[in-house]
Amino acid sequence: MKKTKSILIVGVGGQGTILASKMLTLGLMEKGYDVKMSEIHGMSQRGGSVSAHIKYGDKVNSPVIGLGEADVLISFEQMETYRWLKYVSPNGKVVTNSFKLPSAPILSGIVEYPEGLIEEIKSKADTTVIDAMDIVNRLNTPRSMNMVMLGALISVAKLNDINWKGIMESLMHEKYIDINMKALHIGMEQIG
Amino acid sequence: MKQLLTGNEAIARGTYEAGIRFAAAYPGTPSTEILENIAKYKDDIVAEWAPNEKVALESVIGYSIAGGRAIASMKQVGMNVAADPLFSFAYTGSNGGVVIITADEPGIHSSQTEQDNRYYAKMAKVPMLEPSDSQQAKDMVVEGIRLSEEFNTPVMIRLTTRVCHSKGIVNCCEREEVKRKDYKRDIWQYTTMPAVSRKLRVELVERLRKLQEASNASEFNTIEWNDKKIGVVASGIGYEYAKDTFGDSVSYLRLGFTYPVPMVKIKEFASQVDMLYVIEETEPYLEEHIRAAGIACEGKNKLPEIGELSAGILKKAFLDIDSEKLEVEESKLVPRPPMLCAGCSHRGVFYELGKRKDVFISGDIGCYGLGALPPLSAMDTCICMGESVSGAHGVAKAFEEYNVDMHSVSVIGDSTFFHSGMTSLLDVVYNNSNTTTIILDNRITGMTGHQDHPGTGYTAQGSNAKEADIERIVRALGVEHVRTINPLQLNDMKESLDWALSIDVPSVIIARWPCALKKMSPIDLDEFGTRNYQYSIIKDKCIGCQKCIKTGCPALRFDESNKKASIEPTMCVGCSVCAQVCPVDAIVKASL
Repeated sequence: MKKTKSILIVGVGGQGTILASKMLTLGLMEKGYDVKMSEIHGMSQRGGSVSAHIKYGDKVNSPVIGLGEADVLISFEQMETYRWLKYVSPNGKVVTNSFKLPSAPILSGIVEYPEGLIEEIKSKADTTVIDAMDIVNRLNTPRSMNMVMLGALISVAKLNDINWKGIMESLMHEKYIDINMKALHIGMEQIG
Repeated sequence: MKQLLTGNEAIARGTYEAGIRFAAAYPGTPSTEILENIAKYKDDIVAEWAPNEKVALESVIGYSIAGGRAIASMKQVGMNVAADPLFSFAYTGSNGGVVIITADEPGIHSSQTEQDNRYYAKMAKVPMLEPSDSQQAKDMVVEGIRLSEEFNTPVMIRLTTRVCHSKGIVNCCEREEVKRKDYKRDIWQYTTMPAVSRKLRVELVERLRKLQEASNASEFNTIEWNDKKIGVVASGIGYEYAKDTFGDSVSYLRLGFTYPVPMVKIKEFASQVDMLYVIEETEPYLEEHIRAAGIACEGKNKLPEIGELSAGILKKAFLDIDSEKLEVEESKLVPRPPMLCAGCSHRGVFYELGKRKDVFISGDIGCYGLGALPPLSAMDTCICMGESVSGAHGVAKAFEEYNVDMHSVSVIGDSTFFHSGMTSLLDVVYNNSNTTTIILDNRITGMTGHQDHPGTGYTAQGSNAKEADIERIVRALGVEHVRTINPLQLNDMKESLDWALSIDVPSVIIARWPCALKKMSPIDLDEFGTRNYQYSIIKDKCIGCQKCIKTGCPALRFDESNKKASIEPTMCVGCSVCAQVCPVDAIVKASL
């Protein structure tokens, strides 16, 4: 029995992590894997941390990724990458958005947004940094940041041969497909 | 047909497949999506949001006794509210089949307690099923209804967060349609007068004996034999964690029918292994039964009684394996607590209330609970649904008795008010306390993800409904001093507080403005209109005083390097609170 693979997708409520996770799980199921996904979304809309745990393989038992278990960590926000880093396997890969979203204590001026996180993350794990905000700004589609990150994830996890357009069509209105597919492909290209 | 479903979606699918025609619930994480998904079967199932869980279960009881199949669902603390009808219902028994879902929350991601509701099954004497994945969740609704009708008892199904919110592949089947069961008046079955209850009590014990046999024979209680040195007894998600921890190196007794506890099956399993491990969340419910039967086992002596379990915790406890992980400096991380959204109407209330030094603020359950956190910091207590108003009554009485020169204020949401605030307010009037009740009417049940309630004008399945009028209810309960205001108009909010705190009789302020995230209904658009503008800060005018930042709005940024505030345009919804607090009028309307 092949080992079950784990992908952790994290971000801040409102960044579209749940939609990206939904697409990923549907794609994996289409490819014939046993798939489980876990998400904590209780307080996400109110700017809290959001995480989706996706596991796939021949037979998946626990739907939750433990410390040091994730093969891939995809993060939509810098500090969240650092917060979830301890869930990444020492042989795992990290793909992080360079985007910063200050949390309440930072916005209130009590503490500062931590410095040097990207450098530290790079020193600990096999990391690719993507400036997804810049990419979507140039495309003029600020709400497609999650698709850029999902594209990068698809490349890292070598899941390019799934019909992602079809899956997208089942989840969102036709008018959003072209923009999001474009963002997805640019994300895929970010991984060498 | 295979579908990828969460445990909650699977419960809804099971509801459809089991021929259930009525569902009632009150929103509560992690159970909310159950009723939301059942509601999609508009042609086959009537799905209702009830004002609270007691009412939900009572309506299910009525439907069942009248002969139809029904389901009630709630979160773990919701069962505390529904406990009264639950206990009686076990005595009368069901007619049409009933399953009652309790969605427990190990780890307390969004609740007040970590209570393990399996003890309710034991105390109320109703059979209970515990699924470990989405497939079982669906199957257990179908089997639960069958058991319910075989034994004339409601059946409890206990899920936990990871089963509720984890997606897994589920085989789906056709719906079974059944006729209504006959109903004939029988006061010796359905009226719990003492003489009747004494008879039903005896029958209950006999029913449990038969259910004990069913539990031992259940297809949900299965043994997987491997090496017999160690036998793992596990229920719910604990089984999945155990499989990831031990693989095929141990034998398993997977338990899914857990009240009555299948002791014959457990003894059969235990007698053939050298050592027993018991894996369950959260309390040692099974373990206590196993130990009482004189069977040695390892469980909570090795595992925590607090919080969620995980494969990692099991590996450390039983195999002494520490997962290899990357080291991070926890001190570098800044917490990301939830906050009131940009444009939240509660912000106006707490901003003004937080300025008062002489108030004891009794809060309640909902997004507005976040008013307790800095920078708004405007709350003293939050206990349970509806306690804000009744607690404030008690606080006011204590202040009166002991001559404390402080005001007692309560803050309660619209949905919470309908849930259990009305009886509390009745107490304030009837027993006369000097309190100010602020009802936060944001036109929706917000925190749980926007569900309708008796005040929104729409039902769970989208039909028009009579809008319960909060102001008229408050007056009908006997409160004479009532005002309805827009909480985002800070002057109005301040004046109302001044007024309410200056009188020494019960007062109510209804702060009425829709949740910033709410998709406005036609009724909303009619009353509140739309905004096609935002606000932005004129850099040159900004003096860096940070008064705007102290409103706690997540759309506001402060640049330490040039001491200027700015507004994030992708987040601002134009509520104007920051513009109102700016002392130099540096914040102005800007078109979207």
